[in-house]
Amino acid sequence: MTTETLLQVKDLKTHFFLEDGVVPAVDGVSFHLNRGETLAVVGESGSGKSITATSIMRLIPNPPGKIVGGEILFNGQDLLRKTEKEMRDIRGNRISMIFQEPMTSLNPVFRVGYQISESLMIHQGLNKKDALEKSIEMLRLTGIPSPEKRVHDFPHQMSGGMRQRVMIAMALCCRPELLIADEPTTALDVTIQAQILDLMLELKEQMGTAIIMITHDLAVVAEVADRAVVMYCGKLVEESTVLELFDKPLHPYTKGLLKSIPHVNSTQEKLYMIDGMVPPLTHLPAGCAFAPRCPEAQPRCHMERPMLREISPGRRVSCWLYEGGGE
Amino acid sequence: MSTLVHISNLTKYFPVNKGMFSKEVSQVKAVDGLSFDIRQGETLGLVGESGCGKSTTGRLILRLLEPTAGKVEFAGKNVFEASASEMRALRKDMQIIFQDPYASLNPRMSVGDIIAEPIRLYKLAHGPEVQKKVEHLLSCVGLAAYHARRYPHEFSGGQRQRVGIARALALNPKLIICDEPVSALDVSIQSQVLNLLKDLQQEFGLTYLFIAHGLNAVKHVSNRIGVMYLGKMVELAGDEELYSNPLHPYSKALLSAVPIPDPRAKKERIILNGDVPSPVNPPQGCRFHTRCYCAQDICNHHEPIFKRIKPGHWVACHLVESEIE
Repeated sequence: MTTETLLQVKDLKTHFFLEDGVVPAVDGVSFHLNRGETLAVVGESGSGKSITATSIMRLIPNPPGKIVGGEILFNGQDLLRKTEKEMRDIRGNRISMIFQEPMTSLNPVFRVGYQISESLMIHQGLNKKDALEKSIEMLRLTGIPSPEKRVHDFPHQMSGGMRQRVMIAMALCCRPELLIADEPTTALDVTIQAQILDLMLELKEQMGTAIIMITHDLAVVAEVADRAVVMYCGKLVEESTVLELFDKPLHPYTKGLLKSIPHVNSTQEKLYMIDGMVPPLTHLPAGCAFAPRCPEAQPRCHMERPMLREISPGRRVSCWLYEGGGE
Repeated sequence: MSTLVHISNLTKYFPVNKGMFSKEVSQVKAVDGLSFDIRQGETLGLVGESGCGKSTTGRLILRLLEPTAGKVEFAGKNVFEASASEMRALRKDMQIIFQDPYASLNPRMSVGDIIAEPIRLYKLAHGPEVQKKVEHLLSCVGLAAYHARRYPHEFSGGQRQRVGIARALALNPKLIICDEPVSALDVSIQSQVLNLLKDLQQEFGLTYLFIAHGLNAVKHVSNRIGVMYLGKMVELAGDEELYSNPLHPYSKALLSAVPIPDPRAKKERIILNGDVPSPVNPPQGCRFHTRCYCAQDICNHHEPIFKRIKPGHWVACHLVESEIE
């Protein structure tokens, strides 16, 4: 298996400048993604996982948001140094994104066929007729029945699952090297979720697209991802292969998350709980951001911020418990 | 266990109006002939995809909606025949917790006032006692007394849901309908709220109707689970029984679709094709036959009866019957 690096994010910092102060939504995040790989970005709301994704797309609303530091190397080129025009050639062509709510990300006044064709006409220079034909082919690929009719539908004529299929068709029509999926199945029912996840994996195999899957659902991570990074309060707390993450989570936050999901096969009476809640990003604790909720916190955790360090190849964790490289 | 709520043939059709004179052109069959019992002190889970009528069922039981047909007997009394004053007394025993805790709390009222409002309306306490009761309720749901002076926007999602729970508890109800109480919350907060609901059930002897689409959460809290599809109940069984031995093809597919938080788990997934058909014009015969992977000729023409297959296990499917006999 070739492990060519497709995307390398280095010390990314995206801050929001608000009246009440600076919100460090993403604060020094580094990770990489190999070609054809699926990486899950896991975290609760406010952990900065979606902002990381929008930073890669350079879609941070400015003001109030701004990427204040770091590098995003895509095929070795820094996306942060690209001009807006160069970015437009990349977006939707080499990097695509699908969003959580397909209704709000489709334009309600255009037929879906036109919306898919649009990117084909812009990026691949196809004429209207060919682009529409290709759109029908893409819709067929995503499993929409009678696509030659549905291509003339408006978004409101479709169900949630269908709309998400349209989004996937739109995202993949130019065969991007990287697909960023921001909670693609959260708004869908479980049976539809299973359909969509299956479809994404199938198309990934066919096209060799690498996927960044942003999710809060660890079950989805277990189903689809090869590797995972866990985020908490704008920082990476753990990076691991999915198998290792589930077998032996290292960071107390990851441990807590894994223990707190209700399991269909378990018969335990009480669920494990992580006490307290995510602190506001404007008032982060001085030490480790997770320390106030951590069952294993030591005095040092409240004073000093731990660094993300490599424990074993491909395995990184930011926690004082693993200081010194071992356990 | 005695029966607290007896539901028989509960039906709700919403009219679809069109044109200048709002002529009724068709009906959305949201709930169509539902019959089941909720027993004293149990948690009955209700699962199904969006549009299957599970929330409408919850609202009908509380008589927040008037039914098209059928009856709901709460402690032996038909809710739909109660007069306005009788209804007022009944409402005290039946409360609801909503999915979106932000939309269900008045942003202009302090949390203390929100919780005190039902207490004052029903004259359960007077003067400074109200304050005491509010503080007690807040401590029951894991909030502090000083939170009473704050407003909903100052709370996180999990805390708001706790406020919603405290308000539901204020009148010492017998039945609480939990309409997707944790769907909008983060994973680590979900487990806090689920545990809280379980603790409160023991402490106050509550009965829950727990409506959700997240099957893992339902399994965790429920004693019995009903599976709904397009306004009908297709299977009803004890939670262990349903998860280990689902009989209806839809229940099987639904359970197999739930992602398992274990990367090594063996997946034998049944993928259902297509979407849920429109409840305006549900399929003839068995409503599931258009998506069913083992449908036969009989399923297209005859609607299966909701039958008891074994003690405590009810299924509406032609094929299950033939397996047993």
